[in-house]
Amino acid sequence: MEVTINVNGEDVTRDVEPRLLLIHFIRDHLQLTGSHWGCDTTNCGVCVVWMDGEPVKSCTVLTAMADGRKIRTVEDLEQGGVLSPIQQGFMNQHGLQCGFCTPAMLMTGQALLDRNPDPSNEQIREAICGTICRCTGYENIVRAIRWAAEHANDNADANEGASV
Amino acid sequence: MTVTEVPTSAGGNPIGFGRMLRKEDARFLRGQGKYIDDLDMPGMLHGAILRSPVAHALIKSIDTSAAEAHPKVKAVITGAVLETLGLAWVPTLSYDTAAVLATDKVRFQGQEVAFVIAEDKYSARDALELIEVDYEILQPVIDAKKALDPGAPVIRTDKEGKTDNHIFDWEAGDEAKCDAAFAKADVIVKQDMLYPRTHPSPMETCGSVAYMDKVTGQLTVWCTSQAPHAHRTVYALVAGLPEHKIRIITQDIGGGFGNKVGIYSGYVLSIVGSIVTGKPVKWMEDRSEHLMSTAFARDYHMHGEIAATKDGKILGVRVNVLADHGCFNGTAQPTKFPAGFFHIFTGSYDYEAAHCKVTGVYTNKAPGGVAYACSFRITEAVYLVERLVDCLAMEMKLDPAELRLKNLLREEQFPYTTPTGWEYDSGNYAPALREAMRIAGYDELRAEQAGRRERRAAGDTSEPMMGIGISFFTEGVGAGPRKHMDILGLGMADGAELRVHPTGKAQLRLSCITQGQGHQTTFAQIVAQELGIPPEDVEVIQGDTDNTPFGLGTYGSRSTPVSGGAAAIVARRVRDKARIVAAAALECSPDDLEWELGRWQVKGDPEKGKTIQEIAMLSHSSLELPDGVEGHLDGQCVYNPPNLTYPFGAYICVTDVDPGTGEVKVRRFIAVDDCGPRINPMIVEGQVHGGLADGVGMALMQVIAFDEDGNNLGGSFMDYLLPTSMECPSWELGETITPSPHHPLGVKGVGESATVGSPPAVVNSVLDAIQVRHADMPLTPAQVWRALQGNPFRTDMAIT
Repeated sequence: MEVTINVNGEDVTRDVEPRLLLIHFIRDHLQLTGSHWGCDTTNCGVCVVWMDGEPVKSCTVLTAMADGRKIRTVEDLEQGGVLSPIQQGFMNQHGLQCGFCTPAMLMTGQALLDRNPDPSNEQIREAICGTICRCTGYENIVRAIRWAAEHANDNADANEGASV
Repeated sequence: MTVTEVPTSAGGNPIGFGRMLRKEDARFLRGQGKYIDDLDMPGMLHGAILRSPVAHALIKSIDTSAAEAHPKVKAVITGAVLETLGLAWVPTLSYDTAAVLATDKVRFQGQEVAFVIAEDKYSARDALELIEVDYEILQPVIDAKKALDPGAPVIRTDKEGKTDNHIFDWEAGDEAKCDAAFAKADVIVKQDMLYPRTHPSPMETCGSVAYMDKVTGQLTVWCTSQAPHAHRTVYALVAGLPEHKIRIITQDIGGGFGNKVGIYSGYVLSIVGSIVTGKPVKWMEDRSEHLMSTAFARDYHMHGEIAATKDGKILGVRVNVLADHGCFNGTAQPTKFPAGFFHIFTGSYDYEAAHCKVTGVYTNKAPGGVAYACSFRITEAVYLVERLVDCLAMEMKLDPAELRLKNLLREEQFPYTTPTGWEYDSGNYAPALREAMRIAGYDELRAEQAGRRERRAAGDTSEPMMGIGISFFTEGVGAGPRKHMDILGLGMADGAELRVHPTGKAQLRLSCITQGQGHQTTFAQIVAQELGIPPEDVEVIQGDTDNTPFGLGTYGSRSTPVSGGAAAIVARRVRDKARIVAAAALECSPDDLEWELGRWQVKGDPEKGKTIQEIAMLSHSSLELPDGVEGHLDGQCVYNPPNLTYPFGAYICVTDVDPGTGEVKVRRFIAVDDCGPRINPMIVEGQVHGGLADGVGMALMQVIAFDEDGNNLGGSFMDYLLPTSMECPSWELGETITPSPHHPLGVKGVGESATVGSPPAVVNSVLDAIQVRHADMPLTPAQVWRALQGNPFRTDMAIT
């Protein structure tokens, strides 16, 4: 079946199997491999992307269900070669280790900040609890999202930190 | 060393130890990490594995004809096909054998039975359903305690003459001396405890892409390996492939935690698949396959006894262990130690004697045993002794902190040889525990707890029960000295190569491989400290066996202790060579020069000198060098550690327990770690955070149990529960610093400390809350509630 989906601001039209999962469409058909696949049961949440502005677990969305909708992935966070505040926050607060859950955490955290620019630590924990991280124990992810909230309006260049 | 003592590079980074943001983050934050499933190649085919639905059964027949007739299927490989290649059975890392694909019978639920190779991954999975396997069900051996019963079904009928399910007996310590210590004790406490089977479950499952170029004979395997060089050698030994034509490439790994040390059937099958089809073949398992078939951890049934005088001086400890290794003995640990480093179970205390016996058995469960950040079973050892000490404290009505402070090894006893033969390199234990108690506000917490207990005793049940749990651990990491430690005959030393290019930028090549630990940053900092090159000018290269020196990989917290030693030494060798080059350029003797970070300069005339960058260019130039000194600025070394390093720490966990539901809330967790000097404190703290979450998970949630038919009850994330942000508290960290006297940098390693040390703190806390002497992990609401009724259940079996 043919679907047309707006992905990161561009309409893409593809002929796909009706059973194709959205995460596989994003990764295997569009080669956007930043979003990952970690379980088969909607539990781990490393596949989180946005659909019409809301975070969804893309392993539990059929590509067909995304027809005519807008999908946003981690590849779209960086704008004009500058990391967004939430990306900077994760770097600055060491909110990632192996990096596998990171794209999902970034998209979930950004969705939270978009509707609540000043979340408490408890609100952050509740927002990210649908994605499992095995490396960080979550503490630095919470700090990273708080950092992004506190630096949302800073000059981006000033936040880049040391060059590495 | 603190950040302020370290000079800063033009890029704003410490030239040496100190907080530095990670180099690797740039790609991960942009979704540009390169994990195994991201790899795509022209013509690449996709494999899928058919797995056994039952735990123990004879294979009567396999019919693959319908699968082979699927229009998108390229090949179907069965055990019979592998037999013709001599690859149906392969050696494990413990000198046992394991089936790549089952031939005679299946021995655990989820075992690999056939491999389908198709044009796309959906078609490969479709074709699995077209394979007909006729099984004749056999009685499985599920309860490890019944594995050695007379008449128990024999699992390893493939081994000639095998009439039981026994794998090994092993012991350490002095039994007679231990018995003598127990004979004079005033108090002896005995406790059975299970460290249940758990699974590391990195967020990325295992996978591989293999390509055999039939023209050149070159085999390239991209895979999720924590030990690329060991894998290469094992493939060469097992399959008879020429080692110089095997290249293992490990790109980014989405977490390992010991799960990705071994060689899985899927890796071998992707290689065979490429040989058969002539195309690159990808194998990528799903989560259920991962949970049911890849390396589990623990599964130790322990009987411990601890003896003390009436004033609380511990005299000895002894333990009997029944170790469930599943159906193949595939543990990955130094060969001499079939129970890993479990005999470090004496922990952090001063005894007269100790003794342990370990018996390993086969069961109809997935193989494994040593995985999941356990430092080769020090996890089990620390849990045993820290639970025993708490049982003793409860029996003697002593405060568990006081009992520990009374018995902890004292600073002047180091280096200390334990009753089972380990030589702890350095330690200063009591200050670490006191620091944890200070951060926790230990006395205030005990006062709060006493108040709650009084109110509850008076009939006020409005508050949860409150527990305070302590653990003190000694780790042993950095395996290891090659005269004691090898895996399949491969000594556990690590190589390092350092090249400083003409413009003064450097590349460090290492055998270890990062899985999130931040090696590309930490090791650049080591070179920066030793050579004065800014860390942003040092590229760390890992994970490609064609482009890195030999070494045994990253697990057992060995990267910084072993490869870190290699990195420091190779940088010092380059520094020594730079001195000769600088002397030639300055027309003086090398002895006339002194090192000032990043620069060799003339003693007494510091204006006259050469920076390491200038020396790099000179070493590649036409400058005449002394006889016997070759040009260029590079070096290599192999670091054979003289001993393990012994990090330690004191943890305190505060829990609130609802006795009505059995629900546990971790209110606070205080972790004081001593891993020697911290190369990058930010990364060290991140390592500790992750390990603490592991501890909460294992203590409260995670378990791989089986029903009586051998069905895996933890085969998906619906059933195998991992901690989320809601179960984890905001960790409170502290530190003390006791350098290792033998490591070139004094550092000790930290990757697994928190995973080793935290589970007993959580369990001790919950049991302190409910005032029950023991109940096995995980302390789920059901288990806590049952413990309160005096009837905790076995957590390795279905709840009855």
